[in-house]
Amino acid sequence: MLSQLISSSKRMLDVAARPFQSGTSPAPVVTTQGTLTVSHCDKSFLIGDQLTPILRDVSLTVEAGQFLCVVGGSGCGKSTLLRVIAGLETAERGSVALGDQVVTKPGLDRGVVFQEHRLLPWLNVWQNIDFGLSQSVRSGRDRIIADHIRLVGLEGFEMLHPGQLSGGMAQRAGLARALVNHPRVLLLDEPFGALDALTRWQMQTELLRIWEAERATMILVTHDIDEAIYLADQIIVLGGRPGNVRQRFQVELPRPRDRGASGFAELRREIWDAIFLKDDGDTSSFERERLLAELVAESHAT
Amino acid sequence: MRFARSLIHRLWLPVALVAIWFLFSWLGLISPLLLPSPVDVVRSGFELLGNGELARHVAVSLTRVLQGFALAAVLGISLGAAIGLSPAFDKSVDWVLQTLKPIPPIGWFPLVVLWFGIGEVSKVFIIFLGAFFPILINVVDGIRQTDHRHVELARVHEIGWWRFLTWVIIPGSLPSTFTGLRIGMGFAWTCVVAAELIAAEAGIGYLIVDARQTFHPDVLLVGILTIGILGTVMDAGLRQLDRRLIRWKQPFRGGA
Repeated sequence: MLSQLISSSKRMLDVAARPFQSGTSPAPVVTTQGTLTVSHCDKSFLIGDQLTPILRDVSLTVEAGQFLCVVGGSGCGKSTLLRVIAGLETAERGSVALGDQVVTKPGLDRGVVFQEHRLLPWLNVWQNIDFGLSQSVRSGRDRIIADHIRLVGLEGFEMLHPGQLSGGMAQRAGLARALVNHPRVLLLDEPFGALDALTRWQMQTELLRIWEAERATMILVTHDIDEAIYLADQIIVLGGRPGNVRQRFQVELPRPRDRGASGFAELRREIWDAIFLKDDGDTSSFERERLLAELVAESHAT
Repeated sequence: MRFARSLIHRLWLPVALVAIWFLFSWLGLISPLLLPSPVDVVRSGFELLGNGELARHVAVSLTRVLQGFALAAVLGISLGAAIGLSPAFDKSVDWVLQTLKPIPPIGWFPLVVLWFGIGEVSKVFIIFLGAFFPILINVVDGIRQTDHRHVELARVHEIGWWRFLTWVIIPGSLPSTFTGLRIGMGFAWTCVVAAELIAAEAGIGYLIVDARQTFHPDVLLVGILTIGILGTVMDAGLRQLDRRLIRWKQPFRGGA
């Protein structure tokens, strides 16, 4: 209780200390603890004329400021889970809540970084971020936009259009746009999946730096186990059809994490096993190999 | 050097066509009453330019085209926007528009003459009809092409309706709208000539009919070529505007 109080007041101090909030624009009011909870969510989609369950009884809790990664193979519903949290989809059963507020629709308290950068092609970097910035912010817009361009390291590229940006730069612009309203939760849907390995590593380091600067809660969906271990405080393995939570891991390795460390490799092994071994108890080794090959092929393809 | 090569690429075909034409006339293979020599056509072209005849006819046709086209652009874009943005309005007007669309503009002419006489109004109206539907259809199509992913983005960022319209829908539908305007301009030229061929006292179409009736095939050809050149110039103007407004789109120009 006391620790909650402390972290809450610390968060408020953080918000007040942000340079672009100290001007005339009002700081967002932090009314409650920013814990995000997903409780017993079911979600299905009508595929053809068949109602196909995608998520079954998914529950998770992320404390304010925590970094959660959701991993799983393709088709396990991890993107759907993120969309439910974003409010873009509604769960048939169960609920999503941020603090004491039940999530029913999208809102500025949850920023989203999409799989593709999703920038508007006719707007340059500056205008794209301006587009994302809430219209209720009337004064100091230029400074807020400039600060976020600096935050993601795109100074000097403000006037470029998305067609002129590399994949990594476009994703940086998408990140700046998602952060520009100071969301309490940032949702990232395989944001680096389409980048080459070197750029991906660079972006992961950048994301940690931004996370430390912004102190927002992060929920990142990925099929890259190493990415999850490198970034997360907590990892949730989603699996099966319909997808449900197979296992949860707390990552207590000190940051910055060494991808070659033994603790890292150990955790990687455990997560592999969680994804492949526990498939309803008795997945044949043949089936396991097939799934493994599929996953490897997929991570190479993207 | 590059410019010269590009010029050669563009010039060889027209030069070859004129050369063949000249050769046939010079050898006397074609009767000058059917197809006069290019020399004669150029001479009478300069003559018509010199005495102001051509300019007068061009001005008359151009005025009609611009009036009809402007009307079609204003109504086509606003009605297209209403159809694209309001499902109720779309349903209300759909059947009427679908029925009117396949009627060729010239098919209206007898009725239009009955209503408005053979004056300017009926010609402008026919031009309007010709340009209206391509503009309307392409504006609606442009709005329909709005990316559902951008709709999602707008929901996530709580973008208001007006901002969504001006920042997403309008810029996104501009390329298609310009396609509509260019096609509409082409139809406008077709319609002005057709209308002037039927009933007029001035205009390029009238110049052509008059030249045929007074046995001046050279003047007739000057008229036809003028229509082609004017249409090209206006289309190039629209294309320039298109390129200026829509810089973000890289067109595919064929080749590798």
